[in-house]
Amino acid sequence: MTSLERVERPAVWAEPPAPVRFILDSWTIAEGELRKLRHDPTELLTRAVQPLLWLLVFGQVMAQTRAIPTGSLGYIDFLAPGILAQSALFSAIFFGIAVIWERDLGVLHKYLVSPASRSALVTGKALAGGLRSLVQATMVYALALVMGVHLRLDPLSLVGVCLVVVIGSAAFATFSLVIACLVRTRERFMGIGQVLTMPLFFASSAVYPISIMPDWLQVIAHVNPLTYQVDALRGLMIQGSVESFPLALDFAVLMASTVILIVIAARLYPRLAQ
Amino acid sequence: MPPAISTHELTRRFDALTAVDALTLDVQTGEVFGLLGPNGAGKTTTIKMLITLLPPSGGTASVAGHDIRREPRLVRRSIGYVPQLLSSDGALSARENLMTSARLYHLPGADRRARIGEALEFMGLESSADRLVRTFSGGMIRRLEIAQAMLHRPEVLFLDEPTVGLDPTARRAVWGHIRGLRQAEGTTILLTTHYMDEAAELCGRVGFMHLGKLVALGTPAELSAQAGPGKNLDDAFSYFTGSGLSEAGEQGGQYRDVARTRRTARRLG
Repeated sequence: MTSLERVERPAVWAEPPAPVRFILDSWTIAEGELRKLRHDPTELLTRAVQPLLWLLVFGQVMAQTRAIPTGSLGYIDFLAPGILAQSALFSAIFFGIAVIWERDLGVLHKYLVSPASRSALVTGKALAGGLRSLVQATMVYALALVMGVHLRLDPLSLVGVCLVVVIGSAAFATFSLVIACLVRTRERFMGIGQVLTMPLFFASSAVYPISIMPDWLQVIAHVNPLTYQVDALRGLMIQGSVESFPLALDFAVLMASTVILIVIAARLYPRLAQ
Repeated sequence: MPPAISTHELTRRFDALTAVDALTLDVQTGEVFGLLGPNGAGKTTTIKMLITLLPPSGGTASVAGHDIRREPRLVRRSIGYVPQLLSSDGALSARENLMTSARLYHLPGADRRARIGEALEFMGLESSADRLVRTFSGGMIRRLEIAQAMLHRPEVLFLDEPTVGLDPTARRAVWGHIRGLRQAEGTTILLTTHYMDEAAELCGRVGFMHLGKLVALGTPAELSAQAGPGKNLDDAFSYFTGSGLSEAGEQGGQYRDVARTRRTARRLG
């Protein structure tokens, strides 16, 4: 062997402690995902069209009929937070497709043989899924302003809305990742994704209040994290709106769902590469 | 010096099929070792166990001195892996791909830019560093993947069919880079390939696998000689692994895998 220049191999280079690594690694993954969106934002922008249709068409029609009792709120005011939550959900729930795609390509394998912990990889994905929904939130806000929705625009409310949107979407993106790990192929995922979104959406207070639901559906709505996300958004977004649950409970449910789903996903994630 | 890779009766079963059957093998530090055999022989399954992607059903193995079951994180820190499939992210630029790796391995911040620069230069990719990888040719992607797998200067590098789908010129370029790495850094390399000329060109020793078992082990010259006078490694392949056309037990030769390999080949080509 003609050794040109035997490079000193840093067999043991210093690493930060595990909790710091967890945060750094999660952010590395999330940032990579956000960079991809910046390189090609087409998907994100097309997804933002759907909520506009719901607000403009569905919202205007239902507001005319006055068929849905929304108390002191006008129907568009009632609907806007629901549509924001819905658009974030619809976008997050197909997050798993991208993960299966990464497995099919081989990108997933590279991440799994890196020293990053599985939970950091999954948390990074969840965070990316959460942050990208802020784009949709911006679109919904812009349209809501134009339509004269009575938005609360003080900084504290806006920060609260961002947090709720990010945490809620992170939960649903992770849920999607769990499904992806279980079904493992894109074809099966597409079918399941469709089957899951509709019940999540209709068994929540997104487009009508829980009180007008039949009893059995009310039970489902109470264990649906989307209900709590919509509830928190309604309180934080709309002037004069009254929450059904305490805001702290909404946050607690969303955070707990996210953490539990991340723990499950971190266990299942390596199985995708086997 | 302890072996870079050491396996003892390493076994992996999938339901009724034994993909890797009591494999016992040592690869010495600094060696370029080729794992050869027909589809479904158990090469990729062996690699997946060694790089901690797949838990073994039985036996033990260590890589760079770390047990693959008890110390998977230390194994991962010590190895680089270039899968048969694409592993660089097409939606990111070459530099962003390298930066992601540098950060996941927690390379010292001051070193990162310098090392990424060196890696790009070594692989001849400086002028394309900020282009999205999806615009790269197959040979460029492979070079980037190897650069990425080598960024943290691993002790052991795993290459699963490093030149599948590449044209002859690109293949030769990749060979040159593999040889260069080994010379410059003394990296131990374990590679799998279906091309016997590639194995003869690059590997100090090769092992033939057939139906999950290691059936022959030696230098390319020794194994060619065992196949008969005047024979080459292609002849040795047929001699040790049968015709390679058996229908039973070809787990890796199933439709899904074929589709996958062809898809990779098309993307790279």
